[in-house]
Amino acid sequence: MIRISRYGPLVGLIAGMAVLTFGSASFAVRPDEMLSDPALEARAEAISRDIRCVVCQGESIEDSDADIAHELRVIVREQLKAGATDDQVQEYLVARYGDFVLLKPPFKAKTAFIWTGPFLLLLGGGIGICLYFRRVARAEVTPLNVAEQARLEGFLKVDDDYPNPDRDEPAP
Amino acid sequence: MSMRRRLLFTLPLLALAFLAVVFALGLSPNRDPRAIDSPLVGKPVAGFVAPALVDGQPGVAVGDLPTGAYTGQVVAINFFASWCLPCRAEHPFLKKLAAEAGIPILGIAWKDKRKASQDFLDELGNPYFRVGTDENGRIGITSFGITGVPETFIIDKEGIIRARIPGPLSADLIEAQLLPLIKGLQK
Repeated sequence: MIRISRYGPLVGLIAGMAVLTFGSASFAVRPDEMLSDPALEARAEAISRDIRCVVCQGESIEDSDADIAHELRVIVREQLKAGATDDQVQEYLVARYGDFVLLKPPFKAKTAFIWTGPFLLLLGGGIGICLYFRRVARAEVTPLNVAEQARLEGFLKVDDDYPNPDRDEPAP
Repeated sequence: MSMRRRLLFTLPLLALAFLAVVFALGLSPNRDPRAIDSPLVGKPVAGFVAPALVDGQPGVAVGDLPTGAYTGQVVAINFFASWCLPCRAEHPFLKKLAAEAGIPILGIAWKDKRKASQDFLDELGNPYFRVGTDENGRIGITSFGITGVPETFIIDKEGIIRARIPGPLSADLIEAQLLPLIKGLQK
């Protein structure tokens, strides 16, 4: 009789999750699309990784199984084969689908905040913290008056027969 | 509390108000997050030749406009496919658009088998003035930057793309947006 470990389902689950996480490193590129020239193919893949799939939107065309992503990959490769530069291929796609098609938006007036926003926030926060600590450091220290001094000494003195005015203890 | 401190305490409130506006705009039902503004709107159509789908009729050929075949009148170009369910849904509205706007609609079967597109039109009727085929989808991508079907373009008298409508046409869309736009272009 085969004994299935009671951890069997757990092991299966972990294995399944591992496959989903690491196994699906999607190779959407079909073998028949690939160029025979490895240098050109490497360029095509580099370009495709930065081009957004226009129907799935969250994926690059390199990762997408969508039919239109396939067609765009083929177009990228055809253009490279015809001697286009990387920039020309990108321009071809941007002319048709707009900056949207680039996974990294270009730096323009409209996108300036996207690129500089995090740094501006960091800078603002940094300035805020600096100002705060400068004020803390500058705060004037007034010396204790006689009564306060006496009370402080009471705290500091560990002596059983000295009544602590802040502790609710029966007087000795 | 000093005035400056008081102002400082309103900052979180201001930030909240700002975010509320951003989210309200983002969640507005009128906003389609999948919509992509086409950079081709406002540009002339790049010339293409789509071979005829219907026997005994020419296909759709748009030369490098404005010298092409349809210069002088407003036209609509509609991409469709037999495998596309929304195309079936929008089909009756193509006839409505052609009739009410008084413009020819040029159909292009996109990434579809010839026979399948022919059967599609035989079954539902042919609302198009001319029908061409784009079996590998290159015309749609190269000349119109389409992302799928159905997709409709309004081209003005000079051959400039004036509107791109991704997704199926509807009675509302035709009446509220397309008819006024086309009327304006026909003047």
